[in-house]
Amino acid sequence: MAGGDIDMNKAIISVKALVKTYKMGDVEVHALRGVHADIIKDDFVAIMGKSGSGKSTFMNIIGCLDVPTRGQYLLDDVDVGSLTKDQLANLRNRKIGFVFQSFNLLSRTSALENVELPLMYNKKITSREMRERSLKALEAVGLAGRAHHFPNQLSGGEQQRVAIARSLVNDPVVILADEPTGNLDTRTSLEVMAIFQELNRKGITIVIVTHEADIAAFTKRNITFRDGRIIKTVDVDKPRNAMEELAIMPVMVEEDDV
Amino acid sequence: MKMKNLLRAALRSLAKNKMRTFLTMLGIIIGVASVIAMLAIGQGSKQSIQAQISTLGTNVLMIWPQASSTGGVRMEAGSSQKMTLEDVTAISDRCPSVAFVTPQVRSSGQLVNGNMNWRTSVYGVYPNYFEIRNLNLMSGNLFTMSDDRSATKVCVIGQTVVNNLFGTDADPVGSYIRINKIPFKIVGITEKKGQNAFGQDQDDMVIAPFSTVQKRLMAITHIQSMLASAKSEPQIPAASQEITDVLKAKHNLGPSEDPDFTIRTQTDIANAATATSGILTILLATIASISLLVGGIGIMNIMLVSVTERTREIGIRMSVGARGRDVLLQFLIEALLISLLGGFIGISLGVLVSQLIANLLSWPVSITVQSILMSFIFSSAIGIFFGWYPARKAAGLNPIDALRYE
Repeated sequence: MAGGDIDMNKAIISVKALVKTYKMGDVEVHALRGVHADIIKDDFVAIMGKSGSGKSTFMNIIGCLDVPTRGQYLLDDVDVGSLTKDQLANLRNRKIGFVFQSFNLLSRTSALENVELPLMYNKKITSREMRERSLKALEAVGLAGRAHHFPNQLSGGEQQRVAIARSLVNDPVVILADEPTGNLDTRTSLEVMAIFQELNRKGITIVIVTHEADIAAFTKRNITFRDGRIIKTVDVDKPRNAMEELAIMPVMVEEDDV
Repeated sequence: MKMKNLLRAALRSLAKNKMRTFLTMLGIIIGVASVIAMLAIGQGSKQSIQAQISTLGTNVLMIWPQASSTGGVRMEAGSSQKMTLEDVTAISDRCPSVAFVTPQVRSSGQLVNGNMNWRTSVYGVYPNYFEIRNLNLMSGNLFTMSDDRSATKVCVIGQTVVNNLFGTDADPVGSYIRINKIPFKIVGITEKKGQNAFGQDQDDMVIAPFSTVQKRLMAITHIQSMLASAKSEPQIPAASQEITDVLKAKHNLGPSEDPDFTIRTQTDIANAATATSGILTILLATIASISLLVGGIGIMNIMLVSVTERTREIGIRMSVGARGRDVLLQFLIEALLISLLGGFIGISLGVLVSQLIANLLSWPVSITVQSILMSFIFSSAIGIFFGWYPARKAAGLNPIDALRYE
């Protein structure tokens, strides 16, 4: 179904006949009704669909936050379906980076320490290494100078960039972003997309969930969900370039400068 | 997560809600402080009773004859006249755990010196009575065994007797007093010993050689009781057993027959006297422990609120790879920190309060290492016990629900 089958590149996310059914009281909710998809290395995928289409459930499952009712999910050749809760947590810790719509930073914790958080749950990493890698991640999102600011001292765009830094600090196989621009204005949305495109160029696989078509236009491939199934997979012919658009965008007075 | 990071995360979240943390801790602080103070008061009164008991002497055993009975009419305890000097000799010869033994007779005597007179007890004993009872002379000398053999009319008197017959600060060594009209030479004065545990003035007495009192004052042939001392405190039970065996043999009693005498040891008396204060200590500590328990419930309450409040934080942590036990440990450590910190402050406060009680009310207090150690263990146990349920609840959260929690 996806282009990954033809591609020479290896699929790092591979789902087959994925089914997820919830029980809400007596009613069974079929969130996913048999989803097949492959996401290859270096891919930049936008998952689209209305609310209730199953895209969030799909993201939760590929993010190892949830397990499918039926079907197979291979993440980096690991069969996720058979793992325990602790193994799932370890997988999230080592192979996945999350970016959320509402940033989800720990308040009253500095940007740097927020970025360090995933590494804290990895016993093999020393404090020193933790600090170095976190600073590097903050640098990659252009926030090296804000390392010791607290979330409430940062603008929305900056907070989301801290969250992106946190998602990439553990060197994940894939970054999963759930409506990353949902709480941001046009300009900061562009900034965030520019960072994603830059990271993707460096070889990081990114999957974002969005319902905005113009945001999806920055990615390489759009997958559309409806009623728990993939109804459409489109390769974006010529993705928009966020960096270029930012350059020609009229400069606006930032309201929330710090 | 590493311990260092866990501790830091716990400290930070406690520092975030300083007032709340403090109030929660206050429950533990008050609980621990009252346990420490109550135990200190209990221990203190116990020790002061024991100190008073020890004025009886060192490792003392008292041996009384049983009640006599004449034609089925039983007389008061100690009225039997079966105890003789031979018994005393037998004990001193055949009981290896016994250090000293002396016969004892006691009579009441009217003492007269010039125009002053005083009524008090006159004890007839061997000179080793002074060793048994830990008595020292303030001035003069002790009578000797040869005084006893010849029933010399000499005596040693206590400070209260001196005050009443010669006036305060007098040193009447060498003077004569008359006891029941018989003149006695005062050869020594005992050191002041004060009241015993039962409020008796231990300085109000006259001590004279055994035979003098027995023959000259009382004109009897038996001895009223014996006083012995064991060689060391652990040997008291052994000494008691040996004396029982020897006396039973002397009095022709079989091993299964009831003895015709009673032995009371200093330990018995001390135990009886401290039993009340022991019950009091337990009572006080129980009441104080209840407040510690209430403090623990306070911790549980606040930890439950904290888990609900921080559901989203838990979700974030889980999404970046925290396992259930990482979350469990984080909340458990928070609860433990509250209780340990509270315990630590409580111990300091308890010590302070005990000192204040000692200084302001001049009550005897004694803070033992055990009570501090116990409070410490108890408060950490409370932290773990009452922190477990909320922490378990946090660890069991589903990451998706936790992340969605508003």
